[in-house]
Amino acid sequence: MPDVQPLVSEFVLKLKRRKVEGSHAVARQTAELLRSVVSQHRMGSTNQAAALADAIRSVGEQLISANPIELAVGNIVRRVLHIIKEEDISSTAVGIEGLSVTVDSDDEYDSGNDDHPTLSAAVLASHARNALRAPSLQTLLDDIPVSTALSRSASSTGDSDGKTGDKSLKTRKLKHDVIAAIGDLIEEIDTCYDQISEQAVELIHQNEVILTLGRSRTVKEFLYAAKEKKRSFRVFVAEGSPRYQGHVLAKELVEKGVQTTVITDSAIFAMISRVNMVIVGAHAIMANGGVIAPVGMNMVALAAQKHAVPFVVVAGSHKLCPLYPHNPEVLLNELKSPSDLLDFGEFSNCMNFSTQDGTPLLNVVNPTFDYVPPKLVSLFVTDTGGHSPSYMYRLISEYYSADDLVVQRKSTS
Amino acid sequence: MSQKKSRGGAAGAGDDAEDLSRSPLQAVLLADSFTLKFRPITLERPKVLLPLVNVPMIDYTLSWLETAGVEEVFVFCCAHAQQVKEHLEDAGWTGQPAAREMAVTAVESHDAISAGDALRVMYGRGVIHGDFILISGDTVSNMSLKDALQEHKDRRKKDPLAVMTMIIKHSKPSILTHQTRLGNDEIVMAIAPETKELLYYEDRADGSHLCVTIDKDILASNPTLQLHNNMEDCYIDICSPEVLSLFTDNFDYQHLRRHFVKGLLVDDIMGYKIYTHEICSSYAARIDNFRSYDAVSKDIIQRWTYPMVPDVLSFGNCHEVKLHRQGIYKASDVTLSHSAQIGANSVIGNATSIGEHCKISNSVIGAGCCIGKNVIIHGSYIWDNVIIEDGCKVSNSLVGDDVHLRAGAIVEPGCILSFKIKVGKNVVVPAYSKVSLLEKPSNEDSDEELEYADTNSGVTDSPPFSSMRSNAGRPAVPSKDDDLGASETGTSGVLGYIWASSDTGTQEDWRQSIAPIPKEKLQEMQHAVSVDDDNGSEEDLNNRQYEQDHDGDSEISVVEDDDYTKFEKEVEETFQRALDGIHEDNLILEINALRLSYSLQHADCAGAVFYSVMRSASVAAQSTNDNLLKTTADALAKWKDLLRNYTKTVDEEMEILLKFEEMCQETTKEFCSLFSKILPYLYDKDVVSEDAILRWAEEKENADEADKVFVKQSDAFIQWLKEAEEEDDDEEE
Repeated sequence: MPDVQPLVSEFVLKLKRRKVEGSHAVARQTAELLRSVVSQHRMGSTNQAAALADAIRSVGEQLISANPIELAVGNIVRRVLHIIKEEDISSTAVGIEGLSVTVDSDDEYDSGNDDHPTLSAAVLASHARNALRAPSLQTLLDDIPVSTALSRSASSTGDSDGKTGDKSLKTRKLKHDVIAAIGDLIEEIDTCYDQISEQAVELIHQNEVILTLGRSRTVKEFLYAAKEKKRSFRVFVAEGSPRYQGHVLAKELVEKGVQTTVITDSAIFAMISRVNMVIVGAHAIMANGGVIAPVGMNMVALAAQKHAVPFVVVAGSHKLCPLYPHNPEVLLNELKSPSDLLDFGEFSNCMNFSTQDGTPLLNVVNPTFDYVPPKLVSLFVTDTGGHSPSYMYRLISEYYSADDLVVQRKSTS
Repeated sequence: MSQKKSRGGAAGAGDDAEDLSRSPLQAVLLADSFTLKFRPITLERPKVLLPLVNVPMIDYTLSWLETAGVEEVFVFCCAHAQQVKEHLEDAGWTGQPAAREMAVTAVESHDAISAGDALRVMYGRGVIHGDFILISGDTVSNMSLKDALQEHKDRRKKDPLAVMTMIIKHSKPSILTHQTRLGNDEIVMAIAPETKELLYYEDRADGSHLCVTIDKDILASNPTLQLHNNMEDCYIDICSPEVLSLFTDNFDYQHLRRHFVKGLLVDDIMGYKIYTHEICSSYAARIDNFRSYDAVSKDIIQRWTYPMVPDVLSFGNCHEVKLHRQGIYKASDVTLSHSAQIGANSVIGNATSIGEHCKISNSVIGAGCCIGKNVIIHGSYIWDNVIIEDGCKVSNSLVGDDVHLRAGAIVEPGCILSFKIKVGKNVVVPAYSKVSLLEKPSNEDSDEELEYADTNSGVTDSPPFSSMRSNAGRPAVPSKDDDLGASETGTSGVLGYIWASSDTGTQEDWRQSIAPIPKEKLQEMQHAVSVDDDNGSEEDLNNRQYEQDHDGDSEISVVEDDDYTKFEKEVEETFQRALDGIHEDNLILEINALRLSYSLQHADCAGAVFYSVMRSASVAAQSTNDNLLKTTADALAKWKDLLRNYTKTVDEEMEILLKFEEMCQETTKEFCSLFSKILPYLYDKDVVSEDAILRWAEEKENADEADKVFVKQSDAFIQWLKEAEEEDDDEEE
């Protein structure tokens, strides 16, 4: 696909240079890019779904390595891979349905091991749908080798069975379906704020005091929605050093007529006893229910726990990440420029290495994110509703297939 | 305003329909520093390709330009042009234009020996059409050009003579060394605070004299100006196309700052103006010498240049680097022994292996290095494919590609080991030595880099090998006939030429080396400062911004005695000269000038002048009282006009009386008995009015007995004055 390569490298550069930041923008642009990758993709005669998935993987790999901190990129790539798989299965299933109705109705899981070629495809489809509806950890773990093996056999059998005219129709249909599904995904990303905000009235009650840290668009929309439904409540906004996005949020809230109090980050613990609920945004939600959030969030969560204040995280489903935070400091954080904290000119004489003994005496650390462990989170509000941290893995298995966790181009044999 | 659109925004750079006439933002990148600061390394490789934290410098500059929204870059290559071009190709800057938003074109010239020549070549090509960024290929920055460009364009619309905007940054120079942290001399700039126009620029301010000379026209034409010595020149300039033609018109312009900027500032016929733009939160610095190489490397490691940091900035041929705790950057494929200690702020490149019990701190180690056991590396820059055997010690030095240090070798602070140097067993490379396989060129021009690479690679095919024996840290006589085998078997030796340490003569090695300034030197300087720190003026120059209010009569009420006695002495000297026949008007002018320079009041002048007059009288009259009275009367008669010039108010007349009193009491006691006789004389000559005398008498009434001596002495006269006054009053009624 020579036509998309410039687009891809342009986006890779943007990610690398940190020109695109923020989960929403990143997610949306990734989805759009992948849609154009799919639409430009020339469908081969055999194994279309696998080839398409491979193309997505190779692009996805570049995007993820361009900015590993933006987990949303990986999330969207995995979502698209999942979409391809789903569409492939459903189209195969439709093609086969006409041939053998009896087999399709046979929902017996064990029969998947049967050597009959036509049967395996159908079983796979139904099985996949089964997995979608009620996934369990066991099936997730067990199925990785099985499903890949099956998918290969499924597509091969589908091709060998289908007639040529039928095939081209089918490929076009697959491509079309995938593009449509990615379109739905983009729409979902766009409308996630509304979806989340709808639940605001149920969570925010009259005369409550809400605390938030920094500025998150999701939180803002959430609070707006509650205000529009004539709830009266007060908001404490912690300013969110060193970027002080809280100031911006305070301004926006006041414009909508919300009672707002700005406090310093260091005053959070003092104020938390007067707060009814903490509502914050997130950078990413991990598979274990932990949250990667702007720096300072762990402190808020601990303060909330100490005073038994509910800690609610609002986040769109594109922030759901199927990975586990094994080593957050190294893997999932980024240290930004110290100039957010200190003025270089003022401190330039502290960094004059010629008069010190060559060892920098002044070090400044400016991390972007905090990790909030799942036990500190009371509730997640996503576009599909409220969930507890322990439910996250199930939600994730609805959106992602288990064998896509590592996005890597499979060596084509 | 159609230009409101952000030029820096890369997103919409292409589809700008509203401003069809706009030309793409261009940049001229000088891939040659035209200096010799990085020799001997630059004999073999151009400076812009030297690795800075394992990435060639030019890649920092180019990727910054790309981020800043520059659409077309002309890379001016001079020395080692082939190498630069090959690098641009390899790193993907040139070649595939579709993948990049920024087009990079290499411009090659072998005749240019200065930045001025380079810009003249660029003018000859005729490729620059609009405003362009002028930058050197060794600049690291993360600033956004948007605001500076907008300012520049707005100014240009109002005033087409504003041809250049210089980017400056706040940075405090060291009080001791009078150097910035980048090892440059401190720069003194005068900037008009409101327009940000640059009025004066001096980058070679003499640290020892601590004085700058500013043309008085500058002071006359600007009501306020700020003198800065705490600004750093980032060497990023936004230029209008006129700059190129200016260089062509003035063919003697060579250096960008020394000739061009100063030339424009001095030249008031054309009236071209240069403005400044100060950046606050972003970073920009140019690597001009080894000291700045060290400082900028450390800034990068400490992430001041974000996103130009090793773990984010990755180019096609670079491997992924991860940031660990305490600022340790490790590439993916590093073999690290368990017992090796990696200290804070270190970078370890790809495929490097580090042996047991090594200690590495504050250092950058390149790719493919092999480091043995018990090696200590501190504050050093080890480039690619270096082999360091067991027990070596490297501190605060730069070790080039393919260098081989045999077991037990010690590299002392400040050393530069150029490419492929081999250091024998247990050899000590003395501090501040520069070692290269190439011989030091015997006749070199002082200010330009003329090394042309004739071969493709730029590395000479058969370098003249020679082995230098160095025993006990002392560079020894070279013996030309040695071959490789000798150093392999020999117990000690360095394969290569050790360059004479001080090549520029006046500049001392330690000032601009990688190693921190030795403690003894610092103490020396500390001592020097404390000795001549009597008058606080130089401290002021270091720490304060002077705001000179030119048109307002700023009155400083507190005058130090110290200053006053000096002033008095000078007035007296001036007066002595006047006795030799200088015209009175000139005398007044001189005294006024003195008054301004000591920032004293008019009244002080009156006192001092009176003092001088009386002194002259007392000197003239050597002997008797009678004679003194006569000479005094003569002197007063002669200089009454001068004195009147200063006695315009009662306060000043009072000052004269008080001075007179003080003289009689303290310095020239011979007047003591004559006080009452001279006082009426002063009154007669209109030097002192009756009001002043009466007020003086009134003030003294409450004083001590001792103070009243003279009032009593002249009681009769005062009485007479009082009566006369009453009579006057009577007459008026």
